[in-house]
Amino acid sequence: MILLLQYTLIFASVLMLVALGGCFSEHSGVINLGLEGIMVMGALGGALTMKTLGDTGGAALIVPAVVLVSSLAGVVYSVLLGVASINFRADQTLVGTAMNMLAAALATVIVKSINMAENPDNVSSTIQYMSGKKALTANIGRFQFNWFMLIAVILLILSYVILYKTRFGLRLMACGEHPQAADSVGINVAKMRWAGVLISGFLGGLGGIVYITAGVSEWKFETGVAGFGFLALAVMIFGQWKPVNIALAALLFGFFRALSNVYSGFDFLKQLHLPGTIYNMMPYIISLIVLAFTSRNSRAPKAEGIPYDKSER
Amino acid sequence: METGKKSILENEGFLAILSALLCIAAGLLVGYIVLLIINPAGGTEAIITILKNYMTYPSKPAALKYLGSTLVKTAPLLMCALSIQFCYQAGLFNIGAAGQYVAGAGAALYGALALGLPWYVCTLMAMAAGALFGCIVGFLKAYCNVNEVISGIMLNWIGLYLVNMLLSGVKEVASPYTITINSTNPSALLPSLGLEALFSNNKYVTIAVPLSVLIAILLWILLNKTVFGYEITATGLNKDAARYCGMREKKNLILTLIIGGMLAGLGAAFLYLSGYEQWQTTASSVPVMGFNGIAATFLGGLNPIGTIFSSYFIQHITSGGSYLDKGVYPSQISDLISAIIIYLCSFVLFFKTFIRGRAAARKERTREVKAS
Repeated sequence: MILLLQYTLIFASVLMLVALGGCFSEHSGVINLGLEGIMVMGALGGALTMKTLGDTGGAALIVPAVVLVSSLAGVVYSVLLGVASINFRADQTLVGTAMNMLAAALATVIVKSINMAENPDNVSSTIQYMSGKKALTANIGRFQFNWFMLIAVILLILSYVILYKTRFGLRLMACGEHPQAADSVGINVAKMRWAGVLISGFLGGLGGIVYITAGVSEWKFETGVAGFGFLALAVMIFGQWKPVNIALAALLFGFFRALSNVYSGFDFLKQLHLPGTIYNMMPYIISLIVLAFTSRNSRAPKAEGIPYDKSER
Repeated sequence: METGKKSILENEGFLAILSALLCIAAGLLVGYIVLLIINPAGGTEAIITILKNYMTYPSKPAALKYLGSTLVKTAPLLMCALSIQFCYQAGLFNIGAAGQYVAGAGAALYGALALGLPWYVCTLMAMAAGALFGCIVGFLKAYCNVNEVISGIMLNWIGLYLVNMLLSGVKEVASPYTITINSTNPSALLPSLGLEALFSNNKYVTIAVPLSVLIAILLWILLNKTVFGYEITATGLNKDAARYCGMREKKNLILTLIIGGMLAGLGAAFLYLSGYEQWQTTASSVPVMGFNGIAATFLGGLNPIGTIFSSYFIQHITSGGSYLDKGVYPSQISDLISAIIIYLCSFVLFFKTFIRGRAAARKERTREVKAS
């Protein structure tokens, strides 16, 4: 039971962080379908940091370093989206898709090259970070507390405050609703959209490292992040682009994802004799059902996905 | 009057080819730089290896044989690309082609291995499975307003797990791969009609190769010369206007995705029923075929005929990547190049507008000079 709670919380943290990232970007008017790729790059940065630091230094060093590097990797990678969709008015769906493919290929190439440089016989795309991962967690009784859970909660509160209580947040949201109106009162739409995209890179990159360290102590980069970037977008839509609702939606989705890790620990679930694959499919099926019921009355920012053109009204 | 003459830069076809070539050149350049970073000494040789693909074999029969293998994999890629393209015409981004392809693979192999059906039934099953997946996306989009990209991705993963489960009943005992069609049910193999003789008896070359090209041409006719094609394009350009003109946009939308799904499913049948590949029942990621289809579609300038060539090119460099020295370079370099090409394709529209603007401005200037 405690294990289920632990996994639910950690997967919910991932989904919430990434969904908040999507939320910032979409409120500014840019659809970020490249979150999946941003997660991969964040995960890569974090995993390499943990591998490099290894045993040296405890949680006090490793946690901030990992957070910094992975979120920075996400920010840098999200520049690709910003340049194409804001400066060059490209099709945002296409750019996002390209970013996802590029991240998967790039991460695999980088990890394989590093592995091969260390040991010519090692052609795998796996990074091991056993010792680094220990620093991320602390045991409270039988519950394994993960520092990322705390960081996720802090960032949730911050996101709420920034979006609704600051001038910056309200201006950002204006650019996603009606950029022409925002421009007419002196808001720089391009700048605001850049801010939205870079924040989503920050949160997405962080979500990436939390995801790969959630259950295991090594990661094969060829597999990417298994559609979690898109699950996060489903969470965002289900949460109606509002931080608090997103957090609740993330808990629900996190629960179903956690089930696939721990279902064998429950006697009544074991007695159903369902193959493990069913539990693997669960989050995706749930998200389809949830989306079917919630997309009709969508509260999506009105101008999302449309490149800003000053000459239009 | 000079103004009657059109500048070559105003020709749509020329612009499409020019921008595709620019994207390829830039993609290859980045790939080359990455190769140089990994190992400066062999970088030049490595990029040449990727570009040469089957031509690395000195003897002509061997080269022909591996050209055949590249073509075997081009056929499914072309089908996925056509699926994405057809849907894009209606304003839909069918990223679910990857899942429709997976569903098709599952249905084709299940029909061939578990049910022992002949190839034409297996092919139809694959098309039906792909169509079903496409239909779900279309239905959710038309009636529940679900973004087709997100539902498509969800179905990709659902499809992957379903097919793994379905085919684990017909896998080899010692490996995660499905049993070969050749040993179980040769009647499920696509007929070759003697085509293998052209490729040094590469037995995997089947009717799939010419058929996929034929389908591309048929699709071009469907899109450009029929009422249905016109309605699809109209719906893609402006959904509300199409409805106002009496087109049933919901029906068209679902039908588009069903056809898209059929094409992707058929692509899977083209590959798996040739016996070239076995399905890995422990696969933990969706096959890249569907995603590479996106690269081929946009590189081909969203034109079925252009897509034939771009599909071949993408498959050419993907196959070429597997000839790299595995101890030095990861073969995923080719995926990296494809991904960069897609990324650059998103700039194409901007590039075209820019060129057109320049051409128009120049014409304006010459007219002013003449007038004065």
